[in-house]
Amino acid sequence: MPFDPSQIPIVQIVFFVMTACAIGGAIGVVSSPNLFHSALYLVLSLFGVAGYYVLLSAGFLAVVQLMVYVGAIAILILFAIMFARRLMGQGENQNNQQWWLSLPIVMILFAVLVGVVNTVSWPVSGAEPTGDTVMELGHAFLGSYLIPFEVVSILLSVALIGGIFLAREKVEAEEA
Amino acid sequence: MLQEFEFLGVLGAITLTIPVVTLIIAWLLRPKKPNPAKQETYESGIKTIGDTWVQFKAQYYIYAIIFVVFDIEAVFLFPFAVALRQLPLYSLIWAIVFIVLLFDGLLYGWRKGALHWN
Repeated sequence: MPFDPSQIPIVQIVFFVMTACAIGGAIGVVSSPNLFHSALYLVLSLFGVAGYYVLLSAGFLAVVQLMVYVGAIAILILFAIMFARRLMGQGENQNNQQWWLSLPIVMILFAVLVGVVNTVSWPVSGAEPTGDTVMELGHAFLGSYLIPFEVVSILLSVALIGGIFLAREKVEAEEA
Repeated sequence: MLQEFEFLGVLGAITLTIPVVTLIIAWLLRPKKPNPAKQETYESGIKTIGDTWVQFKAQYYIYAIIFVVFDIEAVFLFPFAVALRQLPLYSLIWAIVFIVLLFDGLLYGWRKGALHWN
């Protein structure tokens, strides 16, 4: 039988690779003895989620996931860990004395989530994904969603001022 | 959509393969004679001082926050830039309002000396 390249289930392969990234990374986050490595595992997990967006035909969202979460939020978390000398030590145990207390709570949460996933009827849209999402987003931002678009700017500004205010206070306290 | 990303996938596979293959070839060819001097952390030929896991200054955090905020700003402006030629002119004014509102935050940080390095 001749080899037919179109028979390769590319989508399935990509899905499994991305799932391995997302779940493997998530397990790494909670099991790594070094908090710094945990943060790097988080990057891997977030990268896997970006792959899902590609598979769901949300290309712009995938790029945003990479830019904002992998590129910026992960850096912020790494920075936060690097400021805390105590957390940087290698061989820290992630478990504390209260692990047995959280175990039943986590199990109940898991059971509830599984129950919800199984009972909710997930509506499936038969609509074809639109081609150029970025162009349409641009029209939406400056069209029917103009006010939210401008409010986002104010929100970002508030976040910036708040972040500077808090970090500045910390720096001044350190210098004093 | 997936077809557009196929190209990226192929490119990513090639960019991952080249350094890995190079490292494997180097690993196969190189002689293995480790000694304590070779195992030392390289720091421009100078002996490393103290612990490698040092605490960073909290000042870097301000830069990280500013980076995150402007990263998100870029995400919102990117669709606008793509659709610019099809949008009416007043959209440009709204985009400028968007940038000016964010610039206020930066101006605040600037005046507060958050960008000042000491």
